[in-house]
Amino acid sequence: MSKPRLATIWLDGCSGCHMSLLDMDERLLDITERVDIVYGALVDIKEFPEDVDVTLVEGAISSEDDLRKIYEVRRNTRILVSLGDCAVTSNVPGMRNQIGPAAILERAYLENVTINPQLPGPMVPRLLAMSRPVHAVVKVDVFVPGCPPSADLIHSVLDDLISGRVPVTAGVTCFG
Amino acid sequence: MSVLTLTIEGRDVAGQTGHTILQVARENGIPIPTLCHLQGLSDVGACRLCVVEVEGQRKLFPACVTTIDEGMKVTVNSERLAAHRRRIVELLFTERNHICSVCIADRNCELQDLAVAVGLTHFELPLLSPQAVVDATHERFGIDHNRCVLCTRCVRVCDEIEGAHTWDVMGRGTEARLITDLGIPWGDSNTCTSCGKCVQVCPTGALFEKGRSVAEARHRRPYLPYLVAHEGRTR
Amino acid sequence: MTEAGTPTPARRRRQDPLIPAGPVRASAHVCMAAGCLSMQADTVFDSLCERVTARGLTDVAVKRVGCLGLCAAGPLVAVPETGRLFDRVAAGDDAALDGVVDGLAGGEGGRPIATDPFFSHQVKVVLEHCGQIDPERVEDYVAVGGYESLTKAVTTMTPAEVLGEVTRSGIRGRGGAGYPTGLKWTTVAKTDSPHGKYVVCNGDEGDPGAFMDRSVLESSPQQVLEGMAIAGYAVGANHGYVYVRAEYPLAVKRLTTAIRQAEHAGLLGPRIADTSFGFDVEIRIGAGAFVCGEETALIASIEGGRGTPRPRPPYPAASGLWGKPTLINNVETLASIPTIIGRGAEWYSAIGSGKSLGTKVFALAGSVVNTGLIEVPLGLTLREIVFEIGGGLPGGGKFKAVQTGGPSGGCMPESLLDMAVDYESLAQAGSIMGSGGMIVMDDGTCMVDVAKFFMDFCREESCGKCIPCRVGTTQMYGLLDRITRGLASRDELAELESLAGMVRDTSLCGLGQGSPNPVVSTLRYFRDEYMAHIDDHLCPAGVCKMEPREAALAAGEVAP
Ligand SMILES: Cc1cc2nc3c(=O)[nH]c(=O)nc-3n(C[C@H](O)[C@H](O)[C@H](O)COP(=O)(O)O)c2cc1C
Ligand code: SF4
Ligand code: SF4
Ligand code: SF4
Ligand code: FES
Repeated sequence: MSKPRLATIWLDGCSGCHMSLLDMDERLLDITERVDIVYGALVDIKEFPEDVDVTLVEGAISSEDDLRKIYEVRRNTRILVSLGDCAVTSNVPGMRNQIGPAAILERAYLENVTINPQLPGPMVPRLLAMSRPVHAVVKVDVFVPGCPPSADLIHSVLDDLISGRVPVTAGVTCFG
Repeated sequence: MSVLTLTIEGRDVAGQTGHTILQVARENGIPIPTLCHLQGLSDVGACRLCVVEVEGQRKLFPACVTTIDEGMKVTVNSERLAAHRRRIVELLFTERNHICSVCIADRNCELQDLAVAVGLTHFELPLLSPQAVVDATHERFGIDHNRCVLCTRCVRVCDEIEGAHTWDVMGRGTEARLITDLGIPWGDSNTCTSCGKCVQVCPTGALFEKGRSVAEARHRRPYLPYLVAHEGRTR
Repeated sequence: MTEAGTPTPARRRRQDPLIPAGPVRASAHVCMAAGCLSMQADTVFDSLCERVTARGLTDVAVKRVGCLGLCAAGPLVAVPETGRLFDRVAAGDDAALDGVVDGLAGGEGGRPIATDPFFSHQVKVVLEHCGQIDPERVEDYVAVGGYESLTKAVTTMTPAEVLGEVTRSGIRGRGGAGYPTGLKWTTVAKTDSPHGKYVVCNGDEGDPGAFMDRSVLESSPQQVLEGMAIAGYAVGANHGYVYVRAEYPLAVKRLTTAIRQAEHAGLLGPRIADTSFGFDVEIRIGAGAFVCGEETALIASIEGGRGTPRPRPPYPAASGLWGKPTLINNVETLASIPTIIGRGAEWYSAIGSGKSLGTKVFALAGSVVNTGLIEVPLGLTLREIVFEIGGGLPGGGKFKAVQTGGPSGGCMPESLLDMAVDYESLAQAGSIMGSGGMIVMDDGTCMVDVAKFFMDFCREESCGKCIPCRVGTTQMYGLLDRITRGLASRDELAELESLAGMVRDTSLCGLGQGSPNPVVSTLRYFRDEYMAHIDDHLCPAGVCKMEPREAALAAGEVAP
């Protein structure tokens, strides 16, 4: 039997969830034994592969680039996991939803900049009107809330998924 | 005052005439989630989290304001009630801007606790992301309307216990907002005695004391249990 | 009460009626209710007086009266002696005005009231005096038997007998919920209160499209006051409040006049009909919030607080205004009381059917020829109301649905046209009687859009106290909005349905509890329309503007 194929992806988040993943310490070794890590911040692969069993998604969907990536992830993933509050609720990236992308860009790149203020050019992916949670855009199978979710929780979710169990996150973790 | 017997969650319990389902349940260690209720203040029956089923009735009853009857059979946990409660908590989260990771009440918040208690893992409904402001004009305290759940505990503690009635609610629907006096900045209020009771009763991070860190923002409510004069009152 | 006997050859003041000195051969009743007044009925009244005088018709009266019913065809003038109704008598329209004067002088013209189906199917109890009397003259009301019922009650009946009469009449509350009026009165009567009780008349009428209570208050205010006084006698209350919304200035004005005149004439106030019973009435003006029609919110508003409902029990009957037992009834309920006492419970309960006895006033509006105010015996079918009284749809339009009950009601399709309009049938069909709004819709109406309209109303009018209604209606509105823009998925429809059930089950007051009804009932009878928006990206009625899928996809607003 081949090992389950695991991917992780980091969209509009702070990388804290990936840090928490690394916080599993020696348990990481056990996990890497049991899966093939086929994509993510931990491995150097440029294209999102086909036929992935589990993808952990960190971050909200905030830009056209996030949107393109999440569609690709969904097409190629059996079990999609929203990892952390940004993926689950849009959290901090969603704070701009109150005022809209134009105002936030202006504030960040013009008003609060002293040297060479300018708006980002076409090289930077365009922001969507709203920063949304992942499940607002594609179907999500497992939700792991927390900012960030604890290493213990991530471990138990991965352990469940690798062993073919359905992880239960309701009521076991702090929400938000 | 006579004693009535009833069952809650299949358990035979007893309570006094005029006592609420919530009171009797709590005396007997049967948990019912609540938000707008706070012991020592009058009840408004507004959050609807405490709704329970009563045998033979199609309607649901808010336990905090429903008095017990002889022979009543109360169900606190059912699939329908669990779904409704999850929804209520979800609605609260989607209504304003709850960004727990940057909130003064993070890990010390009744709304967060409720989310866990009702088993919320995500929101099906979109966030409304309203524009809400922070009023930091008061010397010692502040209110962040992004976190307010309109439970009106602050309104009631200020009116019923401090006797100042600085707080009230203005506007309708999701436009409703807490106001100080007739809608002036808190710092300009001349009814506020700066007692800080509102800050202590606030279930969320809406009312806060300036200069405190997240770890220090614990609620102290020592004055509440002694002031039960308003208990059982509804408004 | 002197005018009738005093010779008045010429009118003294502009607004005075023209009343001949001798016997009256014919009289023009000029409607002065809000609808006709907005079309300058006052000018019409003046012109008619002038023309009648100019023609030297000395045995003809010209009177200002309340609502004549056929509001859409105003300004209206009726000539009761010949049984004719002149419609569209516009100010400055010489031909129309002369037509009326010809009619008064014995000529033909106008439409016959007795055989007109709009009128012939109606039974007038509440509206008996509407359009017959001058609402600003207590003499007129007394002349048609007004205050006789109150006198009869206080001088010949015990309070218990009055309660019995009302109970046996079978009348149920006309404010929406249909609670048996006799039962409510009996509860208030039985509650001891050493410090007084109150009677409150609910004239808030906030449903969009409803104007029944307004017309009664504007056309026959004394009738409502008499009903309140009888209620006060029956339940043991000596004070009454009429709660009217500020948007009804004419109703407020006429009520104010009516109270002053009734007190002046000794019909209200201390020692009514020389008995020890006294009753006075005050007006309270509401700031126009729909929720203030809910009884506990109304009480809070009268007390000077913020108009928000509170959980019941305690019901107002036990603890209402200032904590005292309080009887709250709708305008129409109270306006029926003088007739019930005057003609007796048996007479009243012979009208109607089953558990829905008596008459109900409806404001018929929408795609229907005869829009206006009608009063029908309960139990008539929707078809009779829409097609016979209402005259069907204008221009041969195709019937699609009829909405009753306003924002808490539902839409009934063509297949239910033969259903009887009574409390039980309407509830079974997923609607409610409500206060009496009835809106006819043709096939150019999108039912999802209708549901969205009412949800928008509820979300704006939600008082914000309880979470399910405050946020739930806003979220349901958002989902409906997405459906009408062609953005919603089937999952979102399921979400809408689940939310509807939750808001109904958990909201604090009737506003929230009833707010899902328009959605639930349109889903029940017009689900295919929802599905067309969702699956086929199409609004069958051509009302909703569908947004392009590609753009929505690129913006992440819909799932692929
Ligand atoms: C949201 C809401 C609005 C209401 N509006 C009115 C109203 O405008 N007029 C009215 O008579 N009753 C209204 N009611 C019903 C009243 O609460 C109350 O039941 C009624 O006035 C009782 O009178 P009745 O028994 O004569 O019908 C409303 C109820 C709700 C829940
Ligand atoms: S108030 Fe509570 S739920 Fe809201 S952001 Fe703060 S911690 Fe989170
Ligand atoms: S400020 Fe706090 S206590 Fe006051 S209503 Fe809002 S959440 Fe409740
Ligand atoms: S149901 Fe709506 S109107 Fe009624 S109390 Fe709740 S929020 Fe207010
Ligand atoms: S605790 Fe009972 S309604 Fe809020």
